[in-house]
Order: sequence, then C-alpha cells, then structure tokens
Amino acid sequence: MRIAISATGRDLDSRLDSRFGRCPYFLVGDPETLEFEAVANPGASAGGGAGVKAAQELVDRGVQVVITGQCGPNAYDVLEAAGIKIFQAPEETLRRVLELYREGKLAQLNGPGSAKQGLKGWGSQ
Amino acid sequence: MRQLVIVSGKGGTGKTTVAGAFIALAWRSICVDADVDAPNLHLLLHPKLLEEEEFQGAKIVVKDEEKCTECGKCEEYCRFQAIKDLKIDPFRCEGCGVCVYVCPEGALKLEDEVTGYTMLSRTRYGPFSHARLKIGAEASGKLVTQVRKNIERFTYQEELVIIDGCPGIGCPVIASISGTDLALAVTEPSVSGLHDLQRILGVTRHFGIKSLVCINKYDLCPEMSEEIEDYCTREGVEMVGKIPFDPEVLEVVRQERPLEDLLETKAGKAIEGIWETVKNHLFPV
Amino acid sequence: MIITVLSGKGGTGKTTVAVNLALSLAEEGHRVLLLDADVEEPNAGLYLDLVVEETFSVDVLMPKVDESLCTYCGKCAEFCQFNALAVIGEHVLVFSELCHGCGGCSLVCPVEAIREVPRLVGTIEKGRAGSLKFWSGRMKVGEALAVPVTRKLKEGLAELKDEFIVIIDAPPGSSCPVVEAVRGSDYALLVTEPTPFGKHDFEIALGLVRDMEFPHGVIINRSGDDDKLIEDYCREQDVPVLLKIPFSPRLAALGARGIPFSKVIPYWRDKFRQVYRKIKESCRCASW
Repeated sequence: MRIAISATGRDLDSRLDSRFGRCPYFLVGDPETLEFEAVANPGASAGGGAGVKAAQELVDRGVQVVITGQCGPNAYDVLEAAGIKIFQAPEETLRRVLELYREGKLAQLNGPGSAKQGLKGWGSQ
Repeated sequence: MRQLVIVSGKGGTGKTTVAGAFIALAWRSICVDADVDAPNLHLLLHPKLLEEEEFQGAKIVVKDEEKCTECGKCEEYCRFQAIKDLKIDPFRCEGCGVCVYVCPEGALKLEDEVTGYTMLSRTRYGPFSHARLKIGAEASGKLVTQVRKNIERFTYQEELVIIDGCPGIGCPVIASISGTDLALAVTEPSVSGLHDLQRILGVTRHFGIKSLVCINKYDLCPEMSEEIEDYCTREGVEMVGKIPFDPEVLEVVRQERPLEDLLETKAGKAIEGIWETVKNHLFPV
Repeated sequence: MIITVLSGKGGTGKTTVAVNLALSLAEEGHRVLLLDADVEEPNAGLYLDLVVEETFSVDVLMPKVDESLCTYCGKCAEFCQFNALAVIGEHVLVFSELCHGCGGCSLVCPVEAIREVPRLVGTIEKGRAGSLKFWSGRMKVGEALAVPVTRKLKEGLAELKDEFIVIIDAPPGSSCPVVEAVRGSDYALLVTEPTPFGKHDFEIALGLVRDMEFPHGVIINRSGDDDKLIEDYCREQDVPVLLKIPFSPRLAALGARGIPFSKVIPYWRDKFRQVYRKIKESCRCASW
C-alpha cells in the first residue's frame, strides 16, 4: 500500500499541509513500515492547474491513498479517475496523522472540499 | 479562520473604502489587497514594509538569435500572434511552449518571467499581504493566489481575513473569491452599477460563494438604489445596507488620517451597521 | 484614427467619456465607431439606444481525445503548460477552463488522437445607435479569458480606421486585456479623478501608455477643490489636461440613469468636440 500525505516539510515530524494542489511536499510511502520519501510537489509552482499537476504526479507514482486537508474539484476528478481514496486529516504532525489513519479515524472525502480549494480551473490566465 | 472578500464587479464603487472601514472595525484581522492591478488599500493602511519579493508569474519565450535560421515556423504555429516578423511580443506571449516545440534549431526556450512583486507589511490593524503587478503583465490571477497564500507566512492569532477584491469578473476576480467564506458586493446606484452587480453575483454563484450586497453613495440616485434593492429581493440576495455619499471620506484619505477617523464620518457610521450584519454571517452565534 | 479611453482605476468615468465623446462627434456628422472593449463589464451599451444588427460567438479551441487511437503515453499532459490535461491509466481528462487553446497537445500527440473543438468564451455584438456605429464584446460569466474576446472584437478595425473615428472604451487597470485593447491606437485618452486613489492609479495607467509610446492626454472627471492633486502631477510629468468635468449632482444623476449628459446639455457637446480637435492636433504633431 502506497500512500501520499500533503506536507509542509520533508519528514514525518513536519505537519500536514491542508492544501492539496499547492503544498510544498508530498510524503509518499508505506503506513505500516513508516518508510517515506519526500517528493517535491510540481503543482506548488504551477501557473494554473496546480491540483491537476499534483494529482498527476501521485498517480504516476502509483499512490493508492491520499491524505490531505482539502481537495479542489479538478484534483478530485483526477484522483477519482485513478481510483485513489482521499482521506481528510487535521493539520497535525504526520506521525499523528498516520496514527489516526491506522486507527481508522480519518473521514474519506467523497467529493471536492470547498473550504480551501484552489479555483475550479484557472489559477492564472 | 474565516475569509471575507469585498467585491464590486464595477470599479470605483467604494470597495476599498468599505474594506478599510471593516479592517478598522475588526481591529485585528489579516488584511489582503487582491486588487494587484490597481492596488489602493495601502493608501488607507499606511503599512510598514517588511518583505518584498519578485514574483515569477508566467513563462515567456526567449530566443537565441545565433541559432535562429529565420524559418518562420514559430510564427506560423503561434496561436496568439505573439511572434511577428520573427520578433517575440512579450505582451502577447502566453508561454505555451508551442514555438519551442516546433523550432527545428532549438533556438527558443521558455523562461520564468517576473510579472510583479509581492509584499508583506505590518499595519496597526494586523498583518498585510499585498502586491503590485508589472505594467502590461499577465497572470494576475496567479499573483492574487500568491498574495492570499502569503498570509500563511505570518504567525498570527487573527481569526478573520479581509480581502479587498478586484473589479471585473475574470481570472484575478475568480482567484480572489475562491475558497472564501463570504463575499460582500459593493455597488453604486447607476445602470452600470446594477449591470455589473448582476455579473459579479453570477460569478459568486457559479463558484458557490455566499454573497451579500450593499449600495454605496445610494443617495446620489435613490431611484436606481430602489431598483437595485428590488433586484436583490427578486434574486434572494440579502441587502445589508446603504451608505450615503460623503465627501468627508476622501478627506480622511487625502489627509492620511488614521482609519478610525473614517468611522466617525456619516458614511463610516453606515458601514458600521453593515459590519454588524456581515460579522453575524461570518461568525454565527 | 483610433482613440482609446483608459484609466488605471475603475469607476473614474472612462465609459462616460467614451460615450459622450462618440455621441458628440457622431452628431457633428463624423463617422464614428464606438468599441466597448471592457469585455468583463461592458457598460457603454447601457447609455445608448442600441439596435443590435449582428451577434458572433467567440471561441477558443480545446482538445478532444479520440480514445480509440490514444495510447495513453501522456505526452500531451506533459507538454501542457497550463495543466489542462491529465492522463490516468486509460483515461484522459481535459479541463477546459484551464486550456488556453495553444494547440500544443495535438502537435505533440504521436498518434494524432487529439483534434480540437471550439469552446465558447464570449460574444460580440455589432449594431448602431442612430448614426453611431457600435461594437461590443462580452466575456461569458465564469470564464477567465478576456484577451481572445478583445482580439476578436478588434478584427477588421484596421480597414475602418481611415474612414472612421474609432473610440475604444478599454477595461480598467494595466494588465494584459488593457494592453490588447489599446494596441494599435493613435492616441490614449486617460481619465482620472482628483482623489488619492485616482492619482495612484493614474500614475500606473500613465506608465502603460508611455511604455507603449502613445501620444496621450488626460481628462479630470469629478473635478472640484482637489484638482491640484492631479494638475500638479500632470505639469510635472508634462501631460496635457484636455478637459475637466466637474462633480455635479445633475451630471451624476444623468449618468446614474444611463443618460449621456452631452445629449441633454449642448455645452458638453462642444467641450467634447474641442477635446477631439486637441487630440487630432497632437496626433498630427506626433506623426511629423
């Protein structure tokens, strides 16, 4: 099982970044062995379509589960098309987020979250 | 944290004045000027600049003249008429990279372009994130997104973000309203005020953002004010107040007096009433 | 001759000036075309008794993928600078709102699985109000691309500019849609108001017209006690003030109801005609 968490930093002591498309890093790895690698999010610097770019990256890396705060509609469409499950977590340290995940305490997102999403579409013209 | 954006559709309706008065009334909030094309909020907040950064908002194509054989393929394939007589027009280039792809000599490449500057400042009322767009630059929507994102760099306790939006309904406007909790549309009693109000409410509705309306300078044309009120009633949009025309407001700005003085004006009193309603929408008890 | 009316700040009276100038000249017997290029908020038509004669749609192209040919190689998504495509297993997702219509994806596709189809981004109306010819562009609500609408609106202008006085009402600000609107003009007519906001944004607009090297002048709208604010700056910068329109409840009330004041007050008709003569004069000087 490969999962990805949107993160503010490069290791498990950093916090979850609630933004999916524009977070600086994803930590990608195995929640059981806790072996994770930091992947720079190519969406962070994208003009528009940050969510699409970020989601494409995770799909290409064979991720099956994404844990994040909010996920915009474009990113949601991409992740859903790839059959990736999306879980919502608070802005805690990634270790704590993983605990919550293993205990089955995270809610699964069944639609794009609206609170902090990027734009439906254009981040830039 | 809640985010309030002040929008207008039409320019010059008094959006910034309302945003400024709200900032004074909230006392501590995070202030954002999203009107990066014609920023004005700093004229009210008298900020002290902490940081300024270049903003690379777009990609632009650059040519290596040595390698160019003047075959004209770039010009033929560009959809934006950004290459004319083999010269690149930076105003028109959208940075799509098609010319780079079709150039047989590898003479073209995409480079990051500085399209503006982002700024972080301190004010009496809270931290302030703002920017300015370079003249004729593109991608102001991305700059707006960056300005809004920059507030995350403050360590703050404030519970409210007040965003001075930009006029129009295009890309930067969409970037300034997306993901906010509430939009207040400031309009004025004129045919164009009503027309543009209809368009901006179309945009907020399209993006699912709850909107309230207030009329500035309502007494300049009471009939049109009534018409706007009727429109809001028909559309089921809440009208939260009317602000009288008050030259004193500009005096406060012109003399660079503190924002609190704005609240003492006749218009300021009306805005205070609107603020109470807006606050209840943002923080329902 | 093409005169573009612009202002850094919205709501300074740019449309008021464009409409009154156009009507005053049309009534004097000139052939005038008024072009509303503020495609996000096209308002000039609200001041005219308009008869719309033709309507066109403005499209940009977007990709359509033939999945029977697609090998899901992902080259299109990789190429797209705007992230308007994603390739997921055996699916290609197209995000039309992100697409700029550059055509790159169909160029890079190795199996020609991508063709392009039009997507509506706005409309153009052409008509007249009496003897005044009027064109306007209107961006679709929820769209982000103003420039393609402006560009389409200005098609065919080059052929008309010798016979007509073309007056363009530009969008506010100084970003790319403004540049597209003012491009190709003979003269930039700036409108501002004597307030700190007005002056600040006027400086930005002045920067734009100087960068693009247009002959220019300014009209001070809602003029009154604070005119010095703008006038001193204009003197310093050597920008001619062509006209001052005072703040008056009567003018404000006419404007609010959509009535161009030069239509009811002959004095203003003459004033706008004088403005045109000054513009013509300075264009002639510039071309020497």
